[in-house]
Amino acid sequence: MNWMKVLFIREYQLANRVGGGALIGVLFFLAVVTIFPFGVGPDMILLSRIGAAILWIGALLATLLGLDRLFQADREDGSLELLVMSGRSLELVVLIKCAAHWAATGLPLVLATPILSLFVGLDFRSVVLVTLTLLVGAPALTLVGAVGAGVTVSMRRGGVLLSILVIPLAIPILIFGVSAATAGAIDSNNFFVPFLFLCALTLFGLVVGPLAAAAALRVSGD
Amino acid sequence: MTLYDLANPTRFLKLVKAVLPWIIVATVAAFAVGLYFAFFVAPEDYQQGQTVRIMFVHVPAAQLALMCYAMMALSSIGSLVWKHPLADVSAKASAPIGAAFTFLALFSGAVWGKPMWGTFWVWDARLTSFLVLLIMYLGIIALWKAIEDPIKAAKVNAIITLVGMINVIIIKFSVEWWNTLHQPPSIIRADGPAIHSSILIPLGLMALAFVLLFVTLHLMSMRNEIMRRRIRAMRMRAASVAPAASSSTVTKAAPAGAR
Repeated sequence: MNWMKVLFIREYQLANRVGGGALIGVLFFLAVVTIFPFGVGPDMILLSRIGAAILWIGALLATLLGLDRLFQADREDGSLELLVMSGRSLELVVLIKCAAHWAATGLPLVLATPILSLFVGLDFRSVVLVTLTLLVGAPALTLVGAVGAGVTVSMRRGGVLLSILVIPLAIPILIFGVSAATAGAIDSNNFFVPFLFLCALTLFGLVVGPLAAAAALRVSGD
Repeated sequence: MTLYDLANPTRFLKLVKAVLPWIIVATVAAFAVGLYFAFFVAPEDYQQGQTVRIMFVHVPAAQLALMCYAMMALSSIGSLVWKHPLADVSAKASAPIGAAFTFLALFSGAVWGKPMWGTFWVWDARLTSFLVLLIMYLGIIALWKAIEDPIKAAKVNAIITLVGMINVIIIKFSVEWWNTLHQPPSIIRADGPAIHSSILIPLGLMALAFVLLFVTLHLMSMRNEIMRRRIRAMRMRAASVAPAASSSTVTKAAPAGAR
């Protein structure tokens, strides 16, 4: 158990310190949300109607942006090889790396959502719904993203290809996330059905993501 | 002859050489009969007029688009589980063919949608899932091109193909839940087909012709890929010998076959 804690802390600290820190993702999130009113016009009524979608897409893009660092830094300095050869379950290692990555980059996005939702004119209930759906759904984005990151780990500039491969995988998450976030009330079926689907996708990602990413990492080791 | 015997590329190439002419003849014949039925025998639709004939390309292309992905997924299992070398080749050969059929289904659908629905594109469930399928195909093709080592590329692509296979199913249901305008399935249904036999028979013929076309293209593409790999291997061998040979001409000392 101890090695898992040590690995988590190592990954968390690295994610926090490398490449401008964890807040760089939040900054990108802010930039994306800021750019939308310039595209669709400063109409608060329109913005509040599509606000949940803007926040979800912003979070998706910010997640994609950070994914290429998930395994690549470790590959460059050789520690990925050590992790593969360590004799520990590689699936578990991937899961811990994903958890640490999400805690360092995904969680700040969720925490920033209530503040950013003020810019798109969401009322209190919608703010709660968007934040809740992102809290449940954003881990799924990181987990399916791990598959793409594992597959493209040996490429020097795999970032764009990674996004192309991961975006189709993220579509169901986006559909159910935005549906739940735009439901009228929290105690209606309009909210619960997509929300439970979203939970199911996250649980599903917990299984498929580490399995597939670990398989890809084993293959791409030289 | 079992699937294991085919692991030998030379034996596979011999088989292709023997079988391919017959399949090509069958493909051409099936297309001739199918197109004749589609254009001259099948009646016009009382609402859609001549445009209904687009269906004879649209539906088989869409079926093939899905069949190609199934082929790719099966090959991926073959290359991950049994490390069958031909499975790698088969998966790689399926991707561009599948992308082409997906594009054809989308394109013919758009051309058909304009007179019937009044628009080239709607964000309907099936159209959307086919667009996503096209993106997945193109992503997989890009991944094949991005990794130089063919064995490593095959494994990595097999993983993303199988994850994509699960995803295709999830996308199908989630997108249907999201929005539906396209008509529901009308050929394979519990209470029999909802299409009259005068249209169903030409459609079946065209579907058969498309499947034969796929088999032809797939075998040809696999053959080309095997050739391509042989050329790559020959070039690498030549490149590893050449520097030693040239240096030996200069110094006359280093043995040419040093590697």
